[in-house]
Amino acid sequence: MSTTTETTGTTTRTAPGARRLPGTLWLGLVRGGVELREYVRERDSIIFGFAYPIVMLAIFATVFGDDEPITVDGTTVSFAQYFLPGMVATGIMLSTYQTLAISIAVERDDGSLKRLRATPLPPTSYFLGKVFLSLTTVLVQTALLLAVAALVFDVPLPDEPDRWVTFAWVFVLGTAAGALCGVAYSSVPRSGRSASAVVVTPLLVLQFTSGVFFSVSQLPEWMINLSSLFPLKWVAQGMRSVFLPDEFALAEPAEAWQHGATAAVLAAWLVVALVVGTRTFRWRRHDDG
Amino acid sequence: MQNFDPVAVRVRGLRKRYGNPRAGYKDAVAGLDLDVARGEIVAVLGPNGAGKTTTVEILEGFRDRDGGEVEVLGEDPRRAGRAWRARIGVVMQDSRDMSELTVLEKVRATAAAYPDPRDAAEVVAAVGLEQKARARARGLSGGQRRRLDVALGIVGRPELLFLDEPTTGFDPQARRSFWDLVTSLRDSGTTILLTTHYLDEAAQLADRVVVVRDGVVVAEGTPDTLGGAEARTPVVAWEQDGVRRTERTDRPTAVVGRLIEAAGPGAEVPGLSVTRPTLEDVYLALIGESPTDEAAAAAPGDGTSTEAA
Repeated sequence: MSTTTETTGTTTRTAPGARRLPGTLWLGLVRGGVELREYVRERDSIIFGFAYPIVMLAIFATVFGDDEPITVDGTTVSFAQYFLPGMVATGIMLSTYQTLAISIAVERDDGSLKRLRATPLPPTSYFLGKVFLSLTTVLVQTALLLAVAALVFDVPLPDEPDRWVTFAWVFVLGTAAGALCGVAYSSVPRSGRSASAVVVTPLLVLQFTSGVFFSVSQLPEWMINLSSLFPLKWVAQGMRSVFLPDEFALAEPAEAWQHGATAAVLAAWLVVALVVGTRTFRWRRHDDG
Repeated sequence: MQNFDPVAVRVRGLRKRYGNPRAGYKDAVAGLDLDVARGEIVAVLGPNGAGKTTTVEILEGFRDRDGGEVEVLGEDPRRAGRAWRARIGVVMQDSRDMSELTVLEKVRATAAAYPDPRDAAEVVAAVGLEQKARARARGLSGGQRRRLDVALGIVGRPELLFLDEPTTGFDPQARRSFWDLVTSLRDSGTTILLTTHYLDEAAQLADRVVVVRDGVVVAEGTPDTLGGAEARTPVVAWEQDGVRRTERTDRPTAVVGRLIEAAGPGAEVPGLSVTRPTLEDVYLALIGESPTDEAAAAAPGDGTSTEAA
């Protein structure tokens, strides 16, 4: 796409000294820099998006501490260890779905998107910038989360390569699906002001019904079935398979880690969000013509 | 500069309607013609809802049209790509950008998308924001933000610049320095299409004024000749037996002489004045609003003495 537009660019600008349009990838990096600076300077996003899973882990691990070990099938882990996978999953969804959906909705509402559209910036570069932001924040956030869990709360991190392979694909699929869902969902809030509430609420509800805070075994079956339609439950389950002993698979609704189903559901969300996102994306506000 | 096509904008029979089958349709633009030559500053004047912004947004490639031909820098905005966007600059009407970037960072990031941008720091200085170059965009005042919009619009070195009501909310001094900026852009060869509802702005800046009402052009010309000679006929006004009288005439001196004669030697003619309709009077007559006596008197088609209400 970018190569063809660049070719027409050089043919129409025949004047001597006319220069080529900057490349899509390069502009994606420029946008990534812009996105990152906007993100770290926005204190709200740091507190409520970035630090949230780390703070929650710290609070829950401190409050329940060693008094509430979790035992499944004779195997016991600390509360912090049990809680960590859910927070990793939540962090992925916050840094991708929530950050992107809110920021795009706000940028659409305040006219920044429309203004970008008036420049020769390729849409691909805009989205590359968003992906860059999501990837950077989710990597740093997850690394910090694991470091705090291991160093402060003595959570043993897995040493089998298998588990880290699982971690890698769940992380990548979850991040990609979450980011695309964020882009697609950004068209739902009707104004920038309502964006936070409209975007955060479904994720907050899903955190409770997807086994992030409570063990899924404590939830009614219909709630589990409903949550199973959404990515968070599967990312959380995938992360539990990484950070919890194998015996804990028995506590899952299917009494297994279901890696195949996890990959399938996340891939399905990725494709659906991509199709919906590219069809519904608007540069202008709802009320702007 | 890029090529020698003397036409920057050519619009014929442009149509755009809004609405839906249930609520009915409204023609925002109803067969509008417009030409802008390269190097020209053209002001599109008109009341709110006249179709100015819709027209400009179609030219900028933001909106589709329902009919007519549009050519902007030799291309149809509907199909134009990145290379075309690199040659235009857009300053839109609403701007509520809450960016955490600084002024200079924003201008630099925008400049990166263009093949041959102006120097970011120079542009910031040109719009008078040097003092704010390192301030966050979200903290700017309304007028300063508008200047930033202009900086973002011109940093790509556009051949054609769209300015949609650029000085709304400016204080008089800011408007004056903004006008200087626009004039200097024209001097550097930029073609400018400006919408405004400030008449003094159009008179000050524009080589040509196009008046739009109800989606069509109702008049066009230089600020001095808009509305034709007829609309500019001077008006002599005086009081006779306590009633205000006016007369439109090409020879006001003769009329005043007659009045002096009638009043007798040494006597004052009560309430005597000779006024030439201003651009504002002509404009108000054109768009069908006449809040003042002078404007009513300036309405074309009535060349004889009238009694004002």
